[in-house]
Amino acid sequence: MALPQAKQDATEARLAAVSRPAKGAAWAETARDVALARVRSMGLPHRRDEYWKFTTPDSLVQSEAPTAAVHVSDETNTFDDVDKLQIVFVDGVFDAAASDELTLEGVKVERLVDAVKTDIHWAKDVYGVLEERGQDPVARPLAALNTALASDGVVIHVTGKASKPINLVYHHTSDSSDAILHHVVKLDKGADLTVLENGPAAARFNKVMEVDVADGAAFHHVRTQGRDHERRAVTHLFARLGEESTFKSFTLTANGVLTRNECILELTGDNAAAHVAGACVGDGDFLHDDTVFITHDAVNCESRQVFKKVLRNGARGVFQGKILVKPDAQKTDGYQISQSLLLDGDSEFNAKPELEIYADDVACSHGSTTGAIDEEGLFYLRARGVPEDIATNLMTLAFLAEAVEEIEDESLRNIIVSRLEGWLDRRLG
Amino acid sequence: MLEIKNLHVDLEEEEKTILKGVDLTVEAGKVHAIMGPNGSGKSTLSYVLSGKDGYEVTDGSATLDGVDILDMEPEERAAAGLFLAFQYPVEIPGVGNMTFMRTAVNSQRKAKGLDEMSAADFLKLIREKAKELKMDSDMLKRPVNVGFSGGEKKRNEILQMAMLEPKMCILDETDSGLDVDAMKLVADGVNALRQEGRGFLVITHYQRLLDHIKPDVVHIMSNGRIIKTGGPELALEVEKNGYGDLIEEVA
Repeated sequence: MALPQAKQDATEARLAAVSRPAKGAAWAETARDVALARVRSMGLPHRRDEYWKFTTPDSLVQSEAPTAAVHVSDETNTFDDVDKLQIVFVDGVFDAAASDELTLEGVKVERLVDAVKTDIHWAKDVYGVLEERGQDPVARPLAALNTALASDGVVIHVTGKASKPINLVYHHTSDSSDAILHHVVKLDKGADLTVLENGPAAARFNKVMEVDVADGAAFHHVRTQGRDHERRAVTHLFARLGEESTFKSFTLTANGVLTRNECILELTGDNAAAHVAGACVGDGDFLHDDTVFITHDAVNCESRQVFKKVLRNGARGVFQGKILVKPDAQKTDGYQISQSLLLDGDSEFNAKPELEIYADDVACSHGSTTGAIDEEGLFYLRARGVPEDIATNLMTLAFLAEAVEEIEDESLRNIIVSRLEGWLDRRLG
Repeated sequence: MLEIKNLHVDLEEEEKTILKGVDLTVEAGKVHAIMGPNGSGKSTLSYVLSGKDGYEVTDGSATLDGVDILDMEPEERAAAGLFLAFQYPVEIPGVGNMTFMRTAVNSQRKAKGLDEMSAADFLKLIREKAKELKMDSDMLKRPVNVGFSGGEKKRNEILQMAMLEPKMCILDETDSGLDVDAMKLVADGVNALRQEGRGFLVITHYQRLLDHIKPDVVHIMSNGRIIKTGGPELALEVEKNGYGDLIEEVA
């Protein structure tokens, strides 16, 4: 079907604004060509697209990145206290000086620019592959654009248990930076890796991470998207899960004019478990969109989605979450909850929970709530001498706790809680 | 200590007058009890004094040690030394009881210009006080009042009272929902806090709590007013004859 002219024009304008990355090996060029063709056939998102009903994609699509003043912060990086391998990107460009040497026991780490030059590389079977699988049944053109045009990123092959986490740190230093990063992670059978991500990255950031989790492997992901008020970000996390594998991802977001985090998971092996969670605090001109699509295509798998948002001063939150259970995916256990706490009447939460089930022996549940702060609880705290702002923060933390508790590692969970407390305290000042 | 004069209060939403001129003075070191039938305005009085939204004071005053409290925020009243033990303690999922109490203690210390209590000192103190109320450490770790039985909730109120050491304590139907043993435990907790310089206002339907917490003065409230004031014998009279006679007598 031909695209509407306006959409086609917008797509071509955007594509024309990005230069194609340096020529790579044949497989990489093919992957890029095919992705480019996907973008052209789908067209970039438009505000009238059903999938973008609650989040206007204009600023993510327009050919130049809208400027975003760099947020000056005295905060340390979220994961500074963790023993990790640090990889730094500044406005979307790898910073060798600030990064650790790319060596880690149990893991092979390379830059994407190097991997794509290699004629025979394992990344061929993942790069753009999981992204393409995730295009059906819902188009994700910004992810395809990323595959076609990303010139930087990391390519991680995990062969055993990684001796420490990999921390991807994204700094934003330019008002007009427009970053496209693409990471690929492949976990061999029984391998185990934790990836940490933090930082605002750029004025506009388009990031894709593809994670191939083999049988019995475990992938953990914890990320913070910080207080850079004017930045815009669209991220896609694609994963394919093998038998008895585990995938757990948690994201903490505070502010940012626009954040759309898509997570597309495919459970292809029996007894796999996928958990996705997010906590966000939005204040003022803020829109945060969690869009999740989990496909169950194997027996006895479990998936959980836990998303919590606290919104005030006109902040907006969006949740679109779907569980698709294919005919053979018997004994599926799917759970989905999305909740928002609106601290005033100006804020807004839109939720679109969906279940589509073709197997007959499954347990799937979903729930979504929107509410104001519990006035009785607030009064109780104040009657004990706790000032209203601190009482509100306590209630906010309590509300977000269910999502934060999804982080399995206790020390990482504590880091997230203290970061969250710090953000809430600052708002008092 | 607590001086209430000619207090008139309307419900904000319903334009209904609940308190129609309450006069009451609780002296330091004394225990006053307020008894009265349902709907007489007892709980409203406790809420208005502690600063709950939804009530409008149309006339009169309430002062604590000579300072007007009606214009204060709830947290300011608490820091000034007022404490309300709730009839229905509120459950706050996600907020740990310990975190809650430590925040409360330190907020009040801050308001008084004192340094925060160290985590170690706080822990020692709260464990000691909890032990006196036969509260196990699990109750301190759990979210505030969540999954607590009626008796546990009331003990948790008294624990907060013991930790915050208020000047003026208002107990709103602290006996409701308690069995005899739990009532004794709670009453012992309250009695342990009775001392010179601290006033109590005990609101109750029944005489039985007053067997355990012996009042100095008993007030009978009806239709938004204190209609009779007397000694402990007044409570016994109510127990025997009900409120009917008293209300008629005044009317």
